[in-house]
Amino acid sequence: MTTDVFDTAVLRTELRLFRREPGALFWMLVFPTLLLAILGSIPSFREADPSFGGLRPVDAYVPVAVLLGLTVGGLQGMPQVLTGYRERGILRRMSATPVRPAALLSAQMVVCGGAALVSALLALAVGRLAFDVSLPAQPLGYLLALLLAVPAALSLGAVLSALSRTTKIAGAIGSAALFPAMFCAGVWLPVQAMPDLLARIVGWTPFGAAAQALNEAAAGDWPDWSHLAVLVGWTVLLTAAAARWFRWE
Amino acid sequence: MPVIEVTDLRKSYGGRPVVDGVSFAVEEGEIFGVLGPNGAGKTTTVECVEGLRVPDAGRVRVTGLDPVADHRRVAEVLGAQLQQSELQPKLTVREALELYAAFYPKPADWRPLAERLDLVPMLDTRFAKLSGGQKQRLFIALALVGDPRVVVLDELTTGLDPRARRETWQLIEDIRAGGVTVLLVTHFMEEAQRLCDRIAVIDRGRVAALDTPAGLIRRSTGATVISFTPSAPLDEADLRALPELASAEFRDGRVTLSGTDETVNAVITLLARTRVTAHQLRVTDTTLDDAFLDLTEATA
Repeated sequence: MTTDVFDTAVLRTELRLFRREPGALFWMLVFPTLLLAILGSIPSFREADPSFGGLRPVDAYVPVAVLLGLTVGGLQGMPQVLTGYRERGILRRMSATPVRPAALLSAQMVVCGGAALVSALLALAVGRLAFDVSLPAQPLGYLLALLLAVPAALSLGAVLSALSRTTKIAGAIGSAALFPAMFCAGVWLPVQAMPDLLARIVGWTPFGAAAQALNEAAAGDWPDWSHLAVLVGWTVLLTAAAARWFRWE
Repeated sequence: MPVIEVTDLRKSYGGRPVVDGVSFAVEEGEIFGVLGPNGAGKTTTVECVEGLRVPDAGRVRVTGLDPVADHRRVAEVLGAQLQQSELQPKLTVREALELYAAFYPKPADWRPLAERLDLVPMLDTRFAKLSGGQKQRLFIALALVGDPRVVVLDELTTGLDPRARRETWQLIEDIRAGGVTVLLVTHFMEEAQRLCDRIAVIDRGRVAALDTPAGLIRRSTGATVISFTPSAPLDEADLRALPELASAEFRDGRVTLSGTDETVNAVITLLARTRVTAHQLRVTDTTLDDAFLDLTEATA
Protein backbone atom coordinates (compact mmCIF):
# COMPACT_ATOMS: atom_id res chain seq x y z
CA MET A 1 0.00 0.00 0.00
CA THR A 2 1.25 3.43 -0.79
CA THR A 3 -0.11 6.94 -0.44
CA ASP A 4 1.61 10.31 -0.22
CA VAL A 5 2.12 9.94 3.52
CA PHE A 6 2.31 6.19 4.06
CA ASP A 7 4.04 3.30 2.36
CA THR A 8 4.18 -0.29 3.58
CA ALA A 9 7.61 -0.97 2.03
CA VAL A 10 9.03 2.01 3.91
CA LEU A 11 7.38 0.85 7.13
CA ARG A 12 8.82 -2.66 6.72
CA THR A 13 12.26 -1.19 6.14
CA GLU A 14 12.10 1.12 9.15
CA LEU A 15 10.92 -1.74 11.35
CA ARG A 16 13.86 -3.82 10.16
CA LEU A 17 16.29 -0.98 10.81
CA PHE A 18 14.84 -0.38 14.27
CA ARG A 19 15.66 -3.98 15.15
CA ARG A 20 19.29 -3.26 14.22
CA GLU A 21 19.59 -0.50 16.84
CA PRO A 22 20.55 -2.17 20.12
CA GLY A 23 20.55 1.20 21.93
CA ALA A 24 17.00 2.06 20.91
CA LEU A 25 15.84 -1.47 21.66
CA PHE A 26 17.34 -1.35 25.14
CA TRP A 27 16.14 2.12 26.17
CA MET A 28 12.66 1.76 24.73
CA LEU A 29 11.83 -1.88 25.34
CA VAL A 30 14.02 -3.19 28.15
CA PHE A 31 14.97 -0.23 30.33
CA PRO A 32 11.46 0.71 31.60
CA THR A 33 10.72 -2.83 32.72
CA LEU A 34 14.24 -3.26 34.09
CA LEU A 35 13.76 -0.12 36.19
CA LEU A 36 10.45 -1.50 37.44
CA ALA A 37 12.12 -4.80 38.33
CA ILE A 38 14.96 -3.07 40.20
CA LEU A 39 12.58 -0.86 42.17
CA GLY A 40 10.24 -3.78 42.78
CA SER A 41 13.06 -5.84 44.24
CA ILE A 42 13.51 -3.27 47.03
CA PRO A 43 11.47 -4.71 49.94
CA SER A 44 10.05 -1.35 51.10
CA PHE A 45 8.64 -0.78 47.60
CA ARG A 46 6.41 -3.78 48.09
CA GLU A 47 4.76 -2.46 51.25
CA ALA A 48 1.62 -0.32 51.22
CA ASP A 49 2.48 3.34 51.65
CA PRO A 50 -0.07 5.94 52.81
CA SER A 51 1.57 8.65 50.68
CA PHE A 52 0.63 6.57 47.63
CA GLY A 53 -2.98 6.45 48.78
CA GLY A 54 -2.47 3.03 50.32
CA LEU A 55 -0.88 1.59 47.17
CA ARG A 56 2.51 -0.04 47.23
CA PRO A 57 5.18 2.05 45.48
CA VAL A 58 5.69 -0.78 42.98
CA ASP A 59 1.99 -0.47 42.02
CA ALA A 60 2.47 3.23 41.39
CA TYR A 61 5.59 2.60 39.32
CA VAL A 62 3.87 0.35 36.77
CA PRO A 63 2.15 3.27 34.96
CA VAL A 64 5.47 5.13 35.15
CA ALA A 65 7.23 2.23 33.45
CA VAL A 66 4.37 2.01 30.97
CA LEU A 67 5.00 5.63 29.94
CA LEU A 68 8.78 5.53 30.09
CA GLY A 69 9.37 3.75 26.77
CA LEU A 70 7.12 6.28 25.08
CA THR A 71 8.95 9.17 26.72
CA VAL A 72 12.39 7.93 25.68
CA GLY A 73 11.23 7.02 22.17
CA GLY A 74 9.38 10.26 21.57
CA LEU A 75 12.00 12.61 22.94
CA GLN A 76 15.21 10.83 22.06
CA GLY A 77 14.67 7.95 19.66
CA MET A 78 12.55 9.43 16.93
CA PRO A 79 14.05 12.96 16.80
CA GLN A 80 17.55 11.47 16.52
CA VAL A 81 16.52 9.23 13.66
CA LEU A 82 14.58 11.92 11.79
CA THR A 83 17.20 14.66 12.11
CA GLY A 84 19.80 12.08 11.05
CA TYR A 85 17.72 11.24 7.97
CA ARG A 86 17.46 14.91 7.12
CA GLU A 87 21.15 15.59 7.77
CA ARG A 88 22.26 12.71 5.56
CA GLY A 89 19.95 13.70 2.72
CA ILE A 90 17.92 10.50 3.07
CA LEU A 91 14.67 12.48 3.11
CA ARG A 92 15.84 14.39 0.05
CA ARG A 93 16.68 11.24 -1.84
CA MET A 94 13.21 9.93 -1.14
CA SER A 95 11.70 13.22 -2.36
CA ALA A 96 12.98 12.29 -5.81
CA THR A 97 10.88 9.09 -5.90
CA PRO A 98 7.12 8.71 -6.34
CA VAL A 99 6.95 8.10 -2.58
CA ARG A 100 7.17 11.25 -0.49
CA PRO A 101 9.55 11.54 2.48
CA ALA A 102 6.42 11.93 4.62
CA ALA A 103 6.25 8.13 4.32
CA LEU A 104 9.49 7.93 6.32
CA LEU A 105 8.08 10.24 8.96
CA SER A 106 4.89 8.21 9.34
CA ALA A 107 6.82 4.92 9.35
CA GLN A 108 9.03 6.23 12.14
CA MET A 109 5.94 7.24 14.12
CA VAL A 110 4.36 3.82 13.68
CA VAL A 111 7.58 2.02 14.67
CA CYS A 112 8.19 4.26 17.66
CA GLY A 113 4.54 4.17 18.79
CA GLY A 114 4.42 0.40 18.30
CA ALA A 115 7.60 -0.10 20.30
CA ALA A 116 6.17 2.09 23.07
CA LEU A 117 3.05 -0.08 23.22
CA VAL A 118 5.13 -3.28 23.33
CA SER A 119 7.22 -1.72 26.09
CA ALA A 120 4.00 -0.86 28.00
CA LEU A 121 2.68 -4.41 27.68
CA LEU A 122 6.00 -5.78 28.90
CA ALA A 123 5.91 -3.53 31.96
CA LEU A 124 2.32 -4.54 32.73
CA ALA A 125 3.13 -8.23 32.32
CA VAL A 126 6.26 -8.12 34.49
CA GLY A 127 4.41 -6.04 37.10
CA ARG A 128 1.63 -8.61 37.19
CA LEU A 129 3.80 -11.74 37.14
CA ALA A 130 6.77 -10.69 39.23
CA PHE A 131 5.29 -8.20 41.70
CA ASP A 132 1.63 -9.15 41.75
CA VAL A 133 0.53 -5.71 40.54
CA SER A 134 -3.14 -5.93 39.52
CA LEU A 135 -3.85 -5.38 35.85
CA PRO A 136 -5.72 -2.13 35.14
CA ALA A 137 -9.20 -2.40 36.64
CA GLN A 138 -10.59 -0.23 33.83
CA PRO A 139 -8.72 -1.75 30.84
CA LEU A 140 -10.62 0.17 28.17
CA GLY A 141 -9.92 3.50 29.85
CA TYR A 142 -6.31 2.46 30.32
CA LEU A 143 -5.93 1.56 26.65
CA LEU A 144 -7.60 4.81 25.59
CA ALA A 145 -5.28 6.87 27.79
CA LEU A 146 -2.28 5.02 26.39
CA LEU A 147 -3.44 5.38 22.80
CA LEU A 148 -3.91 9.13 23.30
CA ALA A 149 -0.52 9.46 24.99
CA VAL A 150 1.29 7.91 21.99
CA PRO A 151 0.41 10.63 19.42
CA ALA A 152 1.04 13.35 22.04
CA ALA A 153 4.57 12.03 22.67
CA LEU A 154 5.25 11.45 18.97
CA SER A 155 4.09 14.92 17.98
CA LEU A 156 6.36 16.33 20.68
CA GLY A 157 9.17 14.30 19.10
CA ALA A 158 8.20 15.65 15.67
CA VAL A 159 8.45 19.22 16.98
CA LEU A 160 11.91 18.45 18.38
CA SER A 161 12.92 17.04 14.98
CA ALA A 162 11.54 20.15 13.30
CA LEU A 163 13.38 22.55 15.59
CA SER A 164 16.73 20.73 15.57
CA ARG A 165 18.86 21.37 12.53
CA THR A 166 21.37 18.67 13.42
CA THR A 167 21.36 15.37 15.30
CA LYS A 168 23.61 16.98 17.91
CA ILE A 169 21.04 19.67 18.62
CA ALA A 170 18.27 17.06 18.63
CA GLY A 171 20.27 15.03 21.15
CA ALA A 172 20.82 18.04 23.39
CA ILE A 173 17.21 19.27 23.29
CA GLY A 174 15.94 15.71 23.64
CA SER A 175 18.01 15.09 26.77
CA ALA A 176 17.06 18.48 28.20
CA ALA A 177 13.37 17.73 27.63
CA LEU A 178 13.63 14.13 28.78
CA PHE A 179 14.19 14.95 32.47
CA PRO A 180 11.16 17.24 32.93
CA ALA A 181 9.11 14.76 30.88
CA MET A 182 10.23 11.85 33.07
CA PHE A 183 9.53 13.95 36.14
CA CYS A 184 5.98 14.66 34.90
CA ALA A 185 5.49 10.98 34.11
CA GLY A 186 6.43 10.32 37.75
CA VAL A 187 9.79 8.61 37.42
CA TRP A 188 11.18 10.29 40.56
CA LEU A 189 7.93 10.72 42.37
CA PRO A 190 4.79 9.05 41.07
CA VAL A 191 2.05 11.64 40.55
CA GLN A 192 -0.06 10.10 43.33
CA ALA A 193 2.67 11.04 45.80
CA MET A 194 3.09 14.59 44.50
CA PRO A 195 1.70 17.51 46.52
CA ASP A 196 -1.71 18.55 45.24
CA LEU A 197 -0.64 21.78 43.54
CA LEU A 198 2.32 20.10 41.84
CA ALA A 199 0.13 17.25 40.65
CA ARG A 200 -2.31 19.77 39.20
CA ILE A 201 0.46 21.64 37.32
CA VAL A 202 1.99 18.39 36.09
CA GLY A 203 -1.49 17.38 34.93
CA TRP A 204 -1.31 20.07 32.25
CA THR A 205 1.76 18.50 30.65
CA PRO A 206 1.36 15.64 28.17
CA PHE A 207 3.20 13.06 30.26
CA GLY A 208 1.66 14.24 33.55
CA ALA A 209 -1.84 14.04 32.07
CA ALA A 210 -1.08 10.61 30.67
CA ALA A 211 0.26 9.39 34.03
CA GLN A 212 -2.81 10.62 35.90
CA ALA A 213 -5.21 9.13 33.34
CA LEU A 214 -3.40 5.78 33.58
CA ASN A 215 -3.49 5.85 37.39
CA GLU A 216 -7.22 6.53 37.40
CA ALA A 217 -7.87 3.68 34.96
CA ALA A 218 -5.54 1.37 36.90
CA ALA A 219 -7.60 2.06 40.03
CA GLY A 220 -10.80 1.20 38.17
CA ASP A 221 -12.15 4.66 37.36
CA TRP A 222 -12.78 5.98 33.91
CA PRO A 223 -9.90 8.45 33.29
CA ASP A 224 -10.85 12.06 33.90
CA TRP A 225 -11.90 13.68 30.63
CA SER A 226 -9.74 16.70 31.42
CA HIS A 227 -6.60 14.54 31.27
CA LEU A 228 -7.65 12.99 27.98
CA ALA A 229 -8.50 16.45 26.64
CA VAL A 230 -5.05 17.70 27.65
CA LEU A 231 -3.48 14.85 25.64
CA VAL A 232 -5.61 15.59 22.57
CA GLY A 233 -4.94 19.32 22.93
CA TRP A 234 -1.17 18.79 23.00
CA THR A 235 -1.34 16.45 20.02
CA VAL A 236 -3.24 19.01 17.92
CA LEU A 237 -1.00 21.88 18.97
CA LEU A 238 2.28 20.00 18.53
CA THR A 239 1.27 18.42 15.23
CA ALA A 240 0.41 21.85 13.85
CA ALA A 241 3.74 23.22 15.09
CA ALA A 242 5.67 20.30 13.59
CA ALA A 243 3.87 20.65 10.26
CA ARG A 244 4.62 24.38 10.28
CA TRP A 245 8.34 24.10 11.09
CA PHE A 246 9.45 20.74 9.78
CA ARG A 247 11.96 20.99 6.93
CA TRP A 248 12.70 18.10 4.62
CA GLU A 249 16.27 19.28 4.07
CA MET B 1 8.52 16.50 -28.02
CA PRO B 2 11.62 17.09 -25.90
CA VAL B 3 11.90 14.89 -22.80
CA ILE B 4 12.91 17.86 -20.67
CA GLU B 5 11.99 21.45 -21.40
CA VAL B 6 13.22 24.33 -19.28
CA THR B 7 12.06 27.80 -20.26
CA ASP B 8 13.29 31.00 -18.63
CA LEU B 9 13.76 29.33 -15.25
CA ARG B 10 14.45 31.64 -12.31
CA LYS B 11 15.19 30.88 -8.69
CA SER B 12 16.58 33.15 -5.97
CA TYR B 13 17.70 32.43 -2.44
CA GLY B 14 17.35 35.31 -0.05
CA GLY B 15 17.06 37.82 -2.88
CA ARG B 16 20.19 36.51 -4.62
CA PRO B 17 19.36 35.08 -8.05
CA VAL B 18 20.97 31.64 -8.39
CA VAL B 19 19.23 30.67 -11.61
CA ASP B 20 18.53 33.71 -13.72
CA GLY B 21 16.65 32.84 -16.88
CA VAL B 22 17.87 29.39 -17.93
CA SER B 23 16.35 27.72 -20.98
CA PHE B 24 17.19 24.44 -22.71
CA ALA B 25 15.51 21.36 -24.09
CA VAL B 26 16.75 17.77 -23.87
CA GLU B 27 15.75 15.47 -26.71
CA GLU B 28 14.90 11.80 -26.36
CA GLY B 29 17.97 9.52 -26.30
CA GLU B 30 20.42 12.35 -25.79
CA ILE B 31 23.21 12.70 -23.22
CA PHE B 32 22.81 16.34 -22.36
CA GLY B 33 25.46 18.00 -20.22
CA VAL B 34 25.03 20.87 -17.81
CA LEU B 35 28.49 22.27 -17.32
CA GLY B 36 29.60 25.17 -15.20
CA PRO B 37 31.83 26.37 -12.42
CA ASN B 38 30.89 25.71 -8.79
CA GLY B 39 27.99 27.85 -7.66
CA ALA B 40 26.84 28.55 -11.21
CA GLY B 41 23.32 27.29 -10.55
CA LYS B 42 23.65 23.83 -12.13
CA THR B 43 22.31 21.85 -9.19
CA THR B 44 19.45 24.27 -8.51
CA THR B 45 18.45 23.98 -12.17
CA VAL B 46 18.30 20.19 -12.13
CA GLU B 47 16.58 20.19 -8.73
CA CYS B 48 13.79 22.17 -10.36
CA VAL B 49 13.68 19.50 -13.10
CA GLU B 50 13.47 16.78 -10.42
CA GLY B 51 10.66 18.62 -8.64
CA LEU B 52 12.75 19.06 -5.49
CA ARG B 53 12.54 22.85 -5.76
CA VAL B 54 9.73 25.13 -6.79
CA PRO B 55 10.88 27.67 -9.41
CA ASP B 56 10.23 31.36 -8.72
CA ALA B 57 9.40 31.85 -12.39
CA GLY B 58 9.63 30.06 -15.69
CA ARG B 59 8.40 26.72 -16.94
CA VAL B 60 9.77 23.23 -16.43
CA ARG B 61 8.31 20.18 -18.18
CA VAL B 62 9.41 16.57 -18.00
CA THR B 63 7.68 14.44 -20.66
CA GLY B 64 5.19 17.29 -20.81
CA LEU B 65 4.42 17.20 -17.07
CA ASP B 66 5.07 19.79 -14.37
CA PRO B 67 7.51 18.25 -11.84
CA VAL B 68 5.94 20.16 -8.92
CA ALA B 69 2.22 19.82 -9.66
CA ASP B 70 2.59 16.29 -11.09
CA HIS B 71 5.35 15.15 -8.76
CA ARG B 72 4.40 11.51 -8.61
CA ARG B 73 4.01 11.00 -12.35
CA VAL B 74 7.27 12.83 -13.07
CA ALA B 75 9.11 10.83 -10.40
CA GLU B 76 7.86 7.65 -12.05
CA VAL B 77 9.63 8.46 -15.34
CA LEU B 78 12.64 10.34 -13.97
CA GLY B 79 15.40 8.60 -12.06
CA ALA B 80 17.64 10.82 -9.99
CA GLN B 81 21.09 10.55 -8.53
CA LEU B 82 21.52 13.48 -6.16
CA GLN B 83 24.62 15.23 -4.98
CA GLN B 84 25.34 14.55 -1.33
CA SER B 85 22.57 12.21 -0.40
CA GLU B 86 22.87 9.01 1.58
CA LEU B 87 20.78 6.07 2.66
CA GLN B 88 20.01 4.69 6.08
CA PRO B 89 23.44 3.55 7.37
CA LYS B 90 22.30 0.06 8.35
CA LEU B 91 20.31 -0.62 5.20
CA THR B 92 21.94 -3.29 3.02
CA VAL B 93 22.38 -2.93 -0.73
CA ARG B 94 19.78 -5.63 -1.38
CA GLU B 95 17.25 -3.98 0.94
CA ALA B 96 17.85 -0.59 -0.66
CA LEU B 97 17.26 -2.04 -4.15
CA GLU B 98 14.12 -3.86 -3.01
CA LEU B 99 12.80 -0.79 -1.20
CA TYR B 100 13.34 1.58 -4.10
CA ALA B 101 11.94 -0.93 -6.58
CA ALA B 102 8.78 -1.01 -4.46
CA PHE B 103 8.33 2.74 -4.97
CA TYR B 104 7.62 2.39 -8.69
CA PRO B 105 4.58 0.98 -10.48
CA LYS B 106 6.64 -0.90 -13.10
CA PRO B 107 10.14 -1.29 -11.69
CA ALA B 108 13.06 -2.85 -13.52
CA ASP B 109 14.28 -6.19 -12.14
CA TRP B 110 17.00 -5.11 -9.73
CA ARG B 111 19.05 -8.32 -10.03
CA PRO B 112 20.43 -7.78 -13.56
CA LEU B 113 20.89 -4.13 -12.62
CA ALA B 114 22.99 -5.14 -9.61
CA GLU B 115 25.02 -7.44 -11.87
CA ARG B 116 25.63 -4.73 -14.44
CA LEU B 117 26.73 -2.32 -11.72
CA ASP B 118 28.92 -4.92 -10.06
CA LEU B 119 26.96 -4.78 -6.82
CA VAL B 120 26.35 -8.51 -6.44
CA PRO B 121 29.32 -9.19 -4.08
CA MET B 122 28.04 -6.56 -1.66
CA LEU B 123 24.30 -7.20 -1.67
CA ASP B 124 24.37 -7.94 2.06
CA THR B 125 26.72 -5.11 2.93
CA ARG B 126 25.29 -2.18 4.85
CA PHE B 127 25.32 1.23 3.18
CA ALA B 128 27.68 2.72 5.78
CA LYS B 129 30.31 0.08 4.97
CA LEU B 130 30.40 0.76 1.21
CA SER B 131 33.27 2.61 -0.45
CA GLY B 132 32.65 5.88 -2.31
CA GLY B 133 32.60 4.14 -5.67
CA GLN B 134 30.25 1.41 -4.43
CA LYS B 135 27.86 4.03 -3.04
CA GLN B 136 27.88 5.83 -6.39
CA ARG B 137 27.13 2.59 -8.23
CA LEU B 138 24.28 1.86 -5.84
CA PHE B 139 22.87 5.34 -6.44
CA ILE B 140 23.04 4.76 -10.19
CA ALA B 141 21.17 1.48 -9.65
CA LEU B 142 18.54 3.28 -7.54
CA ALA B 143 18.16 5.93 -10.25
CA LEU B 144 17.51 3.16 -12.80
CA VAL B 145 15.45 0.73 -10.72
CA GLY B 146 12.19 2.51 -11.56
CA ASP B 147 12.83 1.84 -15.27
CA PRO B 148 12.86 5.58 -16.06
CA ARG B 149 12.77 7.35 -19.42
CA VAL B 150 15.27 9.92 -18.23
CA VAL B 151 17.95 9.97 -15.53
CA VAL B 152 19.49 13.02 -13.93
CA LEU B 153 23.05 12.42 -12.73
CA ASP B 154 24.45 15.24 -10.61
CA GLU B 155 28.25 15.27 -10.21
CA LEU B 156 28.26 11.53 -10.42
CA THR B 157 32.01 11.05 -10.73
CA THR B 158 33.15 13.66 -8.21
CA GLY B 159 35.32 11.91 -5.65
CA LEU B 160 35.95 8.83 -7.78
CA ASP B 161 39.45 7.75 -8.77
CA PRO B 162 40.31 7.95 -12.50
CA ARG B 163 39.68 4.26 -13.11
CA ALA B 164 36.28 4.29 -11.40
CA ARG B 165 35.45 7.46 -13.30
CA ARG B 166 36.19 5.83 -16.64
CA GLU B 167 34.11 2.79 -15.68
CA THR B 168 31.27 5.11 -14.77
CA TRP B 169 31.49 6.80 -18.16
CA GLN B 170 31.09 3.44 -19.83
CA LEU B 171 28.02 2.86 -17.65
CA ILE B 172 26.48 6.15 -18.70
CA GLU B 173 26.99 5.22 -22.34
CA ASP B 174 25.35 1.87 -21.62
CA ILE B 175 22.40 3.62 -20.00
CA ARG B 176 21.86 5.72 -23.10
CA ALA B 177 22.29 2.65 -25.32
CA GLY B 178 19.41 1.18 -23.33
CA GLY B 179 17.20 4.03 -24.58
CA VAL B 180 17.30 6.24 -21.50
CA THR B 181 17.84 9.97 -21.90
CA VAL B 182 20.59 11.32 -19.64
CA LEU B 183 20.90 14.77 -18.09
CA LEU B 184 24.44 14.96 -16.76
CA VAL B 185 25.65 17.68 -14.41
CA THR B 186 29.41 17.93 -14.22
CA HIS B 187 32.34 20.22 -13.82
CA PHE B 188 34.77 17.83 -15.52
CA MET B 189 35.46 18.98 -19.08
CA GLU B 190 36.90 15.65 -20.12
CA GLU B 191 33.74 13.93 -18.97
CA ALA B 192 31.47 16.35 -20.80
CA GLN B 193 33.55 16.19 -23.97
CA ARG B 194 33.64 12.42 -23.99
CA LEU B 195 29.98 11.74 -23.12
CA CYS B 196 27.70 14.59 -24.07
CA ASP B 197 25.89 15.09 -27.35
CA ARG B 198 25.17 18.67 -26.38
CA ILE B 199 26.24 20.86 -23.50
CA ALA B 200 24.68 23.87 -21.83
CA VAL B 201 27.43 25.92 -20.21
CA ILE B 202 25.91 27.65 -17.20
CA ASP B 203 27.64 30.57 -15.60
CA ARG B 204 26.23 32.83 -12.90
CA GLY B 205 22.73 31.46 -13.34
CA ARG B 206 22.59 31.92 -17.11
CA VAL B 207 23.24 29.76 -20.16
CA ALA B 208 26.54 31.11 -21.50
CA ALA B 209 26.49 28.75 -24.49
CA LEU B 210 24.60 25.71 -25.73
CA ASP B 211 26.20 23.56 -28.39
CA THR B 212 27.88 20.24 -29.16
CA PRO B 213 31.31 19.84 -27.53
CA ALA B 214 32.95 20.37 -30.94
CA GLY B 215 30.76 23.41 -31.53
CA LEU B 216 31.76 24.94 -28.20
CA ILE B 217 35.43 24.46 -29.01
CA ARG B 218 35.00 25.96 -32.49
CA ARG B 219 33.19 28.89 -31.01
CA SER B 220 35.99 29.81 -28.65
CA THR B 221 38.50 32.37 -29.88
CA GLY B 222 41.73 30.62 -30.75
CA ALA B 223 40.37 27.15 -31.33
CA THR B 224 43.68 25.94 -32.77
CA VAL B 225 47.05 26.36 -31.13
CA ILE B 226 50.35 26.22 -33.01
CA SER B 227 53.63 26.29 -31.18
CA PHE B 228 57.25 25.93 -32.35
CA THR B 229 60.82 26.99 -31.66
CA PRO B 230 62.05 28.95 -34.71
CA SER B 231 65.61 28.25 -35.94
CA ALA B 232 66.13 32.01 -36.37
CA PRO B 233 64.35 34.94 -34.72
CA LEU B 234 61.11 35.94 -36.41
CA ASP B 235 59.76 39.43 -36.71
CA GLU B 236 57.11 39.79 -34.02
CA ALA B 237 55.22 42.32 -36.10
CA ASP B 238 54.88 39.77 -38.94
CA LEU B 239 53.47 37.25 -36.49
CA ARG B 240 51.07 39.70 -34.93
CA ALA B 241 49.74 40.54 -38.38
CA LEU B 242 48.70 36.92 -39.05
CA PRO B 243 45.08 36.46 -40.10
CA GLU B 244 42.53 35.47 -37.43
CA LEU B 245 45.18 35.42 -34.71
CA ALA B 246 43.64 35.24 -31.24
CA SER B 247 46.72 35.35 -29.05
CA ALA B 248 50.48 35.24 -29.37
CA GLU B 249 53.06 34.40 -26.77
CA PHE B 250 56.86 34.47 -27.02
CA ARG B 251 58.75 32.84 -24.23
CA ASP B 252 62.21 31.26 -23.98
CA GLY B 253 62.57 31.33 -27.76
CA ARG B 254 59.31 29.46 -28.22
CA VAL B 255 56.37 30.88 -30.13
CA THR B 256 52.80 29.93 -29.19
CA LEU B 257 49.99 31.23 -31.37
CA SER B 258 46.30 30.54 -31.23
CA GLY B 259 43.76 31.19 -33.94
CA THR B 260 42.10 29.19 -36.67
CA ASP B 261 43.25 26.81 -39.41
CA GLU B 262 43.83 29.90 -41.51
CA THR B 263 46.28 31.23 -38.94
CA VAL B 264 48.15 27.92 -39.10
CA ASN B 265 48.37 28.07 -42.91
CA ALA B 266 49.62 31.62 -42.76
CA VAL B 267 52.29 30.68 -40.22
CA ILE B 268 53.54 27.88 -42.46
CA THR B 269 53.64 30.22 -45.44
CA LEU B 270 55.52 32.80 -43.38
CA LEU B 271 58.06 30.22 -42.23
CA ALA B 272 58.61 29.00 -45.79
CA ARG B 273 59.04 32.55 -47.10
CA THR B 274 61.55 33.51 -44.40
CA ARG B 275 63.29 30.11 -44.62
CA VAL B 276 63.01 29.59 -40.92
CA THR B 277 62.71 26.03 -39.68
CA ALA B 278 60.14 25.32 -36.98
CA HIS B 279 61.57 22.93 -34.41
CA GLN B 280 59.23 20.89 -32.27
CA LEU B 281 56.23 22.07 -34.23
CA ARG B 282 52.93 21.23 -32.51
CA VAL B 283 49.45 21.99 -33.75
CA THR B 284 46.66 21.13 -31.32
CA ASP B 285 42.95 21.77 -31.04
CA THR B 286 41.89 23.71 -27.99
CA THR B 287 40.30 21.48 -25.43
CA LEU B 288 36.85 22.01 -24.02
CA ASP B 289 38.74 23.25 -20.96
CA ASP B 290 40.01 26.27 -22.86
CA ALA B 291 36.66 26.84 -24.52
CA PHE B 292 34.97 26.68 -21.13
CA LEU B 293 37.33 29.18 -19.54
CA ASP B 294 36.87 31.39 -22.54
CA LEU B 295 33.08 31.22 -22.32
CA THR B 296 32.84 31.74 -18.60
CA GLU B 297 35.42 34.52 -18.62
CA ALA B 298 33.72 36.32 -21.48
CA THR B 299 30.73 37.00 -19.26
CA ALA B 300 32.87 38.25 -16.39
